[in-house]
Amino acid sequence: MLIYALVAGVLFGLYFSLVGIGLNLVFGVMRIVNLAHGDFLMLGAFVAFGVVTLAGIDPLFAVPLAFVLFVLVGMLLYWVLVPRLQGSVNPEMLSIILFFGLSQVIEAVTTIFFGTSERSIQSRALGTVFQTIKIKLFGGTPDSGGPIQIFGQGFPASWVIASITSLIAIAFVYVYLYRTRLGTLTRAVMSRRDEAFATGIDVDRVSAAAFGIGLGLAAVAGVFAPFMFGSVTPAFGADATVTSFAIVVLGSLGNPLGTALGGVVYGVCYMLVQTYLSSWADLLPYVLLIFILLLRPSGLLGRRVRVA
Amino acid sequence: MPSAFKHTLFIVAPLLAVFAVLPGVYENHLLLFNFVIFLILAQGVNIIYGFTGYLPFGYVGFFGAGAYGFAILVMHYQAPAVIAVLAAGLVGVALGLLLTPLLRLSGAYFAIANLAASLAVLHFVANPALENITRGPYGVSLTGTFNPTLAYSAALAVLALTLGAVVFLKNSGFGLALQAVREDAVSASMAGVNVVRMRVIAWLASALVAGLAGGVYAWYVSVFYPDNVFSGDFSIFAIVFALFGGVATISGPIVGVIILYGIYNLIGFTTPQYFQLIYGLLIMGLVLFLPAGLVSLATRRGWHVP
Repeated sequence: MLIYALVAGVLFGLYFSLVGIGLNLVFGVMRIVNLAHGDFLMLGAFVAFGVVTLAGIDPLFAVPLAFVLFVLVGMLLYWVLVPRLQGSVNPEMLSIILFFGLSQVIEAVTTIFFGTSERSIQSRALGTVFQTIKIKLFGGTPDSGGPIQIFGQGFPASWVIASITSLIAIAFVYVYLYRTRLGTLTRAVMSRRDEAFATGIDVDRVSAAAFGIGLGLAAVAGVFAPFMFGSVTPAFGADATVTSFAIVVLGSLGNPLGTALGGVVYGVCYMLVQTYLSSWADLLPYVLLIFILLLRPSGLLGRRVRVA
Repeated sequence: MPSAFKHTLFIVAPLLAVFAVLPGVYENHLLLFNFVIFLILAQGVNIIYGFTGYLPFGYVGFFGAGAYGFAILVMHYQAPAVIAVLAAGLVGVALGLLLTPLLRLSGAYFAIANLAASLAVLHFVANPALENITRGPYGVSLTGTFNPTLAYSAALAVLALTLGAVVFLKNSGFGLALQAVREDAVSASMAGVNVVRMRVIAWLASALVAGLAGGVYAWYVSVFYPDNVFSGDFSIFAIVFALFGGVATISGPIVGVIILYGIYNLIGFTTPQYFQLIYGLLIMGLVLFLPAGLVSLATRRGWHVP
């Protein structure tokens, strides 16, 4: 049981890292609290529903589609919302309210078009593309797509696929931040926005890219949400946002790679509490969040941020 | 005429008089009661956000804790309702004291931690393991103290207290010192302002107000569930109302509640998603085009707004 909880915690934790990393990128670069983060997750889940119901193919194909789509949406939104916001007196506070408004709009529009019913996808649908490739290349018959064995315990294949995709996405963020020119510029903007501006970096362009990538990552996480959480409704966004915050703060706000660690710690804690003290499991993210903020507000891997 | 007296005479007294008379001429008493509750909460947000700059994103935590303080006193100790409302205020203050360490955080960190704190209190109260104390997720029913007329009067009394506090802040050296701390804590402390004490007092005052409001609310509705009294809508609405009018003023939050909550009730509940859409767009428009609230339309022209 302990091993099951630990492995499930790591699998879930990697996925949770993906859930939080986009939020953290946006906060790190723009000092903007994207309260609509969870709603972009929810929209990503609807892209997956669309791919499955309209095209009838593996929801994995929704991953690149959702990413590209929401990178574009993000850049567009950036130009509409952020420059105006940053001209105001207290952008960090006002961003909370602005993006709360955006999350209301997204939730309302989704409800108007798709209704409030819970939607889910058969977990067997995820990963069918691998089977098809395997059969094409090596022959053989399709197996039942049952649980995957790790340390003698069975885990749903969808959890494993989601956590592998999360690992790839985190690696992508690492390459973007530390191995590309745009990433170097992004990190410059992260550490000092005004100095980056003074050295001639096109801060708006860099921020727009980071905002787009942040939303794209949220949408990718959303594609797996129906498998990880069972079902998704338009109202799913608000809870997802709070959970993402717990993960991001745990890792450290403003350091996207810290989120990977935060997600795993969160996932393992969650699974342990779920296993041994299930009636208190709901309390965990919030209590954890408060304790981390008070004891080490910069997160597990962060710089100092506390002011008073 | 000292300005504190003027503010009381021309803003506070007329408002209280109108809400005292309205139940006689308008039948939807629940709506009026909700108006009073939101006036209290918006002014409570004004005290902490307007004067100190801390955005209490989990403000509803105090409100819900107050409601449950009221319920527990009535259920387990058969306390009279008025005593229970006072106790609800104390519960709010106690929770505020418990959360004072959060004031060490700044900016978005505080807002997020406060949100998490309110959700933690919700899940604590709603935990089935505490069923003999709080009835857990099954909700409480307080038919013994049910008395909407008296509860409405009590709400008006709490509103009067809250407005009194805001008038005091607006017209006293204390309020001025708080605003100085909000603008620049280091300079304020150099000028001899005790930064920590000031912030804690404002924080506890706004917690007290929300706790009292929660107690009165529990008295009025008498049957509620944790999800009702800890609904994040209370925090959001109170913040948006206060911001829409303009914080750090007496009249701003009042105007905000009357206009926005009025619109809310005009659009009605028949199609909640359309309402949500309009509301979301309104909030976004507010932040993008009027970040300092409606009163900034006047202050921009150089008019003084109390």
